[in-house]
Amino acid sequence: MSGEPDTAGETTAPAIEGIKLSRAFGGVQALDNASFSARRGEVHALVGENGAGKSTLIKILGGRLLADTGEVRVDGERVELRSPDAAHGRGVWTVFQELTLFPWMTVAENLLVRREPRGFLHLIDRKRMAAEADSILVELGIRHIDPSKLAEDLSLAQRQIVEIVRVIVQQPGILLLDEPTSSLGEKEVEWLFGLIRDLRAQNKCIIFTSHRWKEITDIADRITIFRNGVELGTFTEIDESKAVTLMTGQQVDAFYPQPPALQEKRPRLEVKDLSGPGISDISLRLHAGEILGVGGLAGHGHRELFFSLFGAEATTGGEIVVDGDKARINSPRDAAALGIALVPEDRKTEGLLLPMSVGVNLTLAVLPRISVLGVIRSAREAQLAHQMVDRLKIRTPGLRNPVGQLSGGNQQKVLLARWLLADSHIVLLYDVTRGVDIATKHEIYELMLSLAREGRAVLFYSSDAEELAHLSHRVLVMREGRIAAELKAPGITAEDIVSAAVREATSVVD
Amino acid sequence: MSTDTTIERHRTSALTYFLGQNIGLVLALVMLVMAVILYCAVYWIEQQMLPGNFEITSTVNNTMPLVLSAIGQAFVVLTRGLDLSVGGIMDLSNALAAVYIHDSVASMVGVSLVILLISTGLGLVNGLLVGVGRLQPILVTLATLSIYQGIAIRVLPQPGGVIPPVYTSVLVNPYQPYALVYILLFAFLWYAFRRSAIGVSIFAIGNDEQAAMANGINIVRARVTAFTLSGLMSGTAGLFLAATATAGDATTGNGYTLSSIVAVVLGGMNLFGGRGSGIGVIAGAFVTTMIVNILFFSNIDPLYQSFYEGLFLLIAVVLGTLISRLLRRRS
Repeated sequence: MSGEPDTAGETTAPAIEGIKLSRAFGGVQALDNASFSARRGEVHALVGENGAGKSTLIKILGGRLLADTGEVRVDGERVELRSPDAAHGRGVWTVFQELTLFPWMTVAENLLVRREPRGFLHLIDRKRMAAEADSILVELGIRHIDPSKLAEDLSLAQRQIVEIVRVIVQQPGILLLDEPTSSLGEKEVEWLFGLIRDLRAQNKCIIFTSHRWKEITDIADRITIFRNGVELGTFTEIDESKAVTLMTGQQVDAFYPQPPALQEKRPRLEVKDLSGPGISDISLRLHAGEILGVGGLAGHGHRELFFSLFGAEATTGGEIVVDGDKARINSPRDAAALGIALVPEDRKTEGLLLPMSVGVNLTLAVLPRISVLGVIRSAREAQLAHQMVDRLKIRTPGLRNPVGQLSGGNQQKVLLARWLLADSHIVLLYDVTRGVDIATKHEIYELMLSLAREGRAVLFYSSDAEELAHLSHRVLVMREGRIAAELKAPGITAEDIVSAAVREATSVVD
Repeated sequence: MSTDTTIERHRTSALTYFLGQNIGLVLALVMLVMAVILYCAVYWIEQQMLPGNFEITSTVNNTMPLVLSAIGQAFVVLTRGLDLSVGGIMDLSNALAAVYIHDSVASMVGVSLVILLISTGLGLVNGLLVGVGRLQPILVTLATLSIYQGIAIRVLPQPGGVIPPVYTSVLVNPYQPYALVYILLFAFLWYAFRRSAIGVSIFAIGNDEQAAMANGINIVRARVTAFTLSGLMSGTAGLFLAATATAGDATTGNGYTLSSIVAVVLGGMNLFGGRGSGIGVIAGAFVTTMIVNILFFSNIDPLYQSFYEGLFLLIAVVLGTLISRLLRRRS
């Protein structure tokens, strides 16, 4: 049985199924004729790399997205889930990955939105609402979340818990959870799994996604593996290396290239006791030719660190030294002048000018070099852009096409290429492979290594611990805005990183 | 699971926390108190006495149209929009009132209701274009502002018409500040709105439209309702304007588009939606009037009035932002 696709005939109709679902976003086929089904009384895990189509599937089943083609069935009956409301009507409730709390409403208001207790003149009774929220939280064993607080004042883990609670109280028949554990500590995960087991005992159907293999094997009855928008089979038991091979489409060792050996230890970037919103007392040293990984759970200060180093976030104390000189970085412009480049995860809002052409986006950081008296020489622009398109294998119909038309991975490469052209010698890569397809991921890895080989210093945050473990010379693990551990290659494993990240993480539940 | 456990709360900072959550409202009320004190001071210096019944009555009456139009604007601002057609709807309502309201009770009540119905319809048009047509609120209402103004001019080409004195004394009694009753009424209506399903929806889309959608909130309906309510309030404001002036003028409403936005801002409402209080907006409207009164009694050359109004507004906004940042950092 082990490792074999589960083909056992199902006597009753599955609780929920997706049949030959396809969905494209721009040029990217997020789901490609994928089928999936889950039964009542089971916990079903969806696994796969980022961008494999899991979230898209969850959104379609949860009524957030419509499939381009294919159909969804609930209890054997074909349904059109045009909105989350329609899904709710069928007993399908979803905890979406991007949180859906209202920041300027209280926890109580968020928990009971659209189901507020009514009183005088059928108006919302705030007192009863507060009392109901209290009893909901207490009943579920959550004592550290004050229901009168605004959602924006909660920590990421607390927000995730509220998000889960809000769906659980609806007593869903089919519960979809998209990466519910990504921002939770060990205790919270245990709490959640307790709830999930209770639901399973009540013959509910629970579908969830996770990147943590241990969690998946802990709780899932069946596992469906996705790659590039296609489902590769459903398993009752499968070992990790086989699963990873399926997910990535290649052997893990071959998939991640080896980082080049560090020659000399010349510090390019030194950070001393850097503090600011979300980070405190960060000290690190980044050498020429080094790939320094930064890991940890989402929301523990990585973003703040990277954006502070790039001058896009204010700091309150500490020192940044670039090539031996104390640096004042108050804006991205300062950072760029010092040779620091940032490639952010959210390329749509933080880096690329989507409606503008590939050529313009590539040469944006070197405008002075290709201009005469402020006028861009288009021949020079085209020449440089062509070089980069060739070198990075950017798949674009042409230099004049808007960047917005390219796939996510190719957009990411355009950003990388921009900073390559700009000769930035300190490159900050913030979760650059998130949502990027496997082939492009591999090319980005190769590119990172070539940056390091050229003697540039790479600071590299990834939400994918596996990636950090394989590509970094060292990994700094952040927790609550501080550096909690430093791991040195060789021999770093993803588990090391994750366990350093969750150790002693403050807990929301008992 | 155990039931004897209780929620842990942050009681120590409860006051700071309340201030942080309701900072806009608190600041608006503080500003109102400051404005009243300053007004009394300049009045005392000029007249050697405190403002009496006459001053209070005329201040309340003169502020009524702004209070109403600002509440209307607030509905739209909560959804992250702006309604520039407020002034146009007021013009039309004002003009219609001057032309068609006659002395009989039936005419006063009947025509007023018809005017409110028309205003609501005009708001609905805005709402449908923005909500269903998915057009930018500013573009839509900039266009309808002109259109509504145009119709108003057609209805009443020259200032004129007569508003029955009875009508004036019911809406804006010139001798006693009875209009405060309307303020209380609208404050209560806001309280009810905040605790209604549609209120929650309108706040929700201003918080996060995607989240609202994920929670199954009908965002089109919420948006259309916000603009429709704005139209209704602007229409009411136009009637009050006509009652105060006792005659009609199809252009006096124009200025209210911008001053309603000013009142909303001074009332502590977030222009990016989802946060704010109608009570604060009412206070903001009074602060706006007070500033004009203060300038009047300070003997400032009327030519410079606009300059000082702008200066006051800027100072108020800067101070408000600084204080709220400070409070949020501490809480």
